[in-house]
Amino acid sequence: MIREKETTLYLGPQHPGITGNMMVKLKVQGDTVVKAATHVGYLHRAFEKLIERRNWLNAFTLLCRFCVPEPDPMELTYARAVEELDNREVPERAKYIRVIVMELARLQSFMLWYAGQAGSAGLYTLGQWSVGDRNYILDLFEELTGGRIYHMFIWPGGVRRDIPEGWKDKVLKTMDYLEKRQDDYNQLMFDNTIFQKRAQGVGIVPKDKAIEWGVVGPPLRGVGIKSDVRIDEPYEVYDKLNFEVPTAEGGDIWARALVRKEEFRQSISIIRQALEKMPEGEYTNKVPNPMKWVVPEGQAWAKTESVRGEIGFYVASNGTNKPYRVHAKGAAYTHGVTVLEKILPGQNIADVSFIMNSLGVCPPEIER
Amino acid sequence: MSFINLKGILQPLGALKQLGKKPHTIRFPEEKVEASDNYRGLHFNELGDCIGCGNCSTICPNEAIDMIDLLEVTERKGDSSLRPRIDNGRCCWCALCVDVCPTGSLNLTKDYIFVSDDPNDFLWTPGVDNKDSKDRISYTSDTNTSLSMYDRVPMRELEGKERVKSFAEVVLGYSEEEARAEAQRCISCGLCTEVCPENMHIPEYINAIAQAKDDDALRIIYDNNPLPEMCGKVCTRLCEDVCALQVRGDAVAIRWLKRYATETAPTVELIKEIVDPQIEEPNGFTVGIIGAGPAGLTAGYYLALKGYDVTIYEAQAHAGGMVMYGIPKYRFPLDSIDKQIQYMESIGVKIKYNTSVGKDITFDEIYANNDAVFIGIGLQKPWNIGIKNEDSPGVIPAIDYLKIINSEGKYNVGKKVAVIGGGNVAIDGARVAARFDAEVTILYRRRVEDMPADWEEIEGAEHEGVKIVPQAIPTRIIRDKKGKVEGIEYVMAEMIAQDGGRPRPVAIEGSETIYECDTVIGAIGQQADFTWLPEKYKEDIVIERGKIQVNDLRQTGDTKIFAGGDSVKYGNSDAISAIADGFNAVKGIDELLLNK
Repeated sequence: MIREKETTLYLGPQHPGITGNMMVKLKVQGDTVVKAATHVGYLHRAFEKLIERRNWLNAFTLLCRFCVPEPDPMELTYARAVEELDNREVPERAKYIRVIVMELARLQSFMLWYAGQAGSAGLYTLGQWSVGDRNYILDLFEELTGGRIYHMFIWPGGVRRDIPEGWKDKVLKTMDYLEKRQDDYNQLMFDNTIFQKRAQGVGIVPKDKAIEWGVVGPPLRGVGIKSDVRIDEPYEVYDKLNFEVPTAEGGDIWARALVRKEEFRQSISIIRQALEKMPEGEYTNKVPNPMKWVVPEGQAWAKTESVRGEIGFYVASNGTNKPYRVHAKGAAYTHGVTVLEKILPGQNIADVSFIMNSLGVCPPEIER
Repeated sequence: MSFINLKGILQPLGALKQLGKKPHTIRFPEEKVEASDNYRGLHFNELGDCIGCGNCSTICPNEAIDMIDLLEVTERKGDSSLRPRIDNGRCCWCALCVDVCPTGSLNLTKDYIFVSDDPNDFLWTPGVDNKDSKDRISYTSDTNTSLSMYDRVPMRELEGKERVKSFAEVVLGYSEEEARAEAQRCISCGLCTEVCPENMHIPEYINAIAQAKDDDALRIIYDNNPLPEMCGKVCTRLCEDVCALQVRGDAVAIRWLKRYATETAPTVELIKEIVDPQIEEPNGFTVGIIGAGPAGLTAGYYLALKGYDVTIYEAQAHAGGMVMYGIPKYRFPLDSIDKQIQYMESIGVKIKYNTSVGKDITFDEIYANNDAVFIGIGLQKPWNIGIKNEDSPGVIPAIDYLKIINSEGKYNVGKKVAVIGGGNVAIDGARVAARFDAEVTILYRRRVEDMPADWEEIEGAEHEGVKIVPQAIPTRIIRDKKGKVEGIEYVMAEMIAQDGGRPRPVAIEGSETIYECDTVIGAIGQQADFTWLPEKYKEDIVIERGKIQVNDLRQTGDTKIFAGGDSVKYGNSDAISAIADGFNAVKGIDELLLNK
């Protein structure tokens, strides 16, 4: 046995395998990670603090920037917290539009995940496909909201604009296309021996620790625990739609990938149902003049299911036209700090970014 | 799992079939990508529609918009002449600026490519620097999607039929909830402040009302207007004509909000407690004021606060001037006037009633005994209608009629009344006559939309059954055998467009019509009466076309004499301009006596 000296290795903040500007400081022995520490701070833009200086409405232009791959859950969660404080009813149609936006956001985020997960295993073809196809969803977003990545579309009281004419059909057409395309992705990923061998038994989140560590979303469902805010505490109109929450056993990268693969199908089904059931009517319960809009004193906590798991917003108002405090708690913090640091020891260096991608770590959301 | 998984090796090779497919890629720049119809790209501002309210700049979360003065913009009323300039390096394309633009002039376009190596190039003015983008507008906001609140909280009023039964106040005022909702609509652009003759702090007090700080609102109002109760009820509200929201919707009810603020302090004691006027130590100077109208009272109030010894000489038994005697009580009740006057007197303004200058006291005496004199006599002498038989019994000038009603309570106008004129005084005369069961018709030379009267007054008159005959020029009064009015003859007019002026009414031949009536009320304007002023003063004081000439500090040719209100040639002939005159004269008197 060769005794090797322990070396320090800095993975990131500039590294193609890192899911954003953060760094994992690794102590390695040979190819094996002995100790891992997450270092953030490269992205800190003080969003939560900046929001305190903005009025209730123009705070939401910052929220979506909490996480680039999935900006919409931030908007929705904040809007729901503010609506609770303000006792603001949301029209039924707006709720359906919100669900459609959320599921489209989920789909486009899964497609980025396909690219990242496959790319970090050296399988670059899949990334070309899924990121390319993702543009079809961004086109839909562009037509609906006017923006491709940052939509700034869901705001307190409803949504900003009604769906444009002909949009519904375009969505359905895109769904049909993506459903077919996912088979291509899966063929390249799940039927691939290399991927199977890399993913199975790697990056295991222990089932008995998952709850204790605060694991949420696909990683939690990947250990066989059926947990999803959309089912457990349904919001908007999720209780009126039929969908399954898939689970898998094992807690490894493979299990998490299986969960996401099935969730992709479920999202397509949710969008189809929502488009069919969506009633006519108002799309917003318009807030008053944003410069003077005062939200009653109080505090509220709202949570939704983002792609990476449960995300919650704590919003406090002291009865003025600006939020007193807005605090976001997303999946990235637990997954990127607590969980990552605990499961990396014993893994191969080459698997670090592979594991990070499968946990859904989003550095800007950690730093907010 | 066996080591060799043949399926797992062969399956991915299926990807090779994609080689035969047509690529999805758009080959930019050979192929152009057209943005969607709703795209949020670079800004475009329609300069002519923009009023420079600055709402875009206020909402911008990135402070990417500042308002700059542009040479391209011609000055006009209700336009700050400022236009937004965007720092495209800071913009995040959230389009909140579009959604709060009250006029809808600011939009986003389909353009999204802008390249330059100089950071300063990213700072440009939409509509000036990208004129061609006008055809590429994509993201817009209409009155439905806009965040501006275009609908005014309706004011509760007495029913038209109820109103004519008495002189009860027609407008009932906003409730607290209604006032808060209405105040919330204001975008604090301050265009109103610019046109208000008195430059009242309108956005500030509306903001206080929106934030449920009514006491603050009242204090802010009293800072430069000691007669808010009056303004809250009868102001000509030039401010509302330029409100940013009236471009696409209803102006903020600025007047009614001021009224609401004053209603939160129903007694003199409460006003004093809230406003807490700080009266300076007496400075030893005395000022005599002629006329207790809005101008004189305002000058008196602020002079008294500054420690001057102020005496107002009023010919009538009540203070208030034209507001007291010219405005009907259903618009401005007596107790409201009394409350304001009592408050004035409580801080040391002395008013000598029934003291007519030239009769009960000479001007020489006032001039000699005071360090400065302020003249605010208003317009008391009505103009003649200028038609045949105008001297017949049954013809009465509107202000005389209103004065009699306001002081004595009644005057017999008979069953049918014709009112001549289209201003507020004409409408007042008509609505008062309607309260005595008379059938009232207003004859006006021009169209209804040309009437100088307040639109709400015109509407009110119509609700109360007053008939308006526009484009009618009176020609003569018809008398009965005893010489009393029996009717009025008028001709219809057509409007002839004129170069550089408003259309002129020209009589249509053969269109003579006779309206039978018992009384003719003339309301075609008034003039000032200067007979009380000794000739020697007229050498220094310049009186041109019946009005006194003053400088910005409302100082006349005689440096010791100041003047304000309707009888001076400065600003409009309304109460708020009179208040502005009084307020500015105080500055002038300060400068004269204290050299401040």
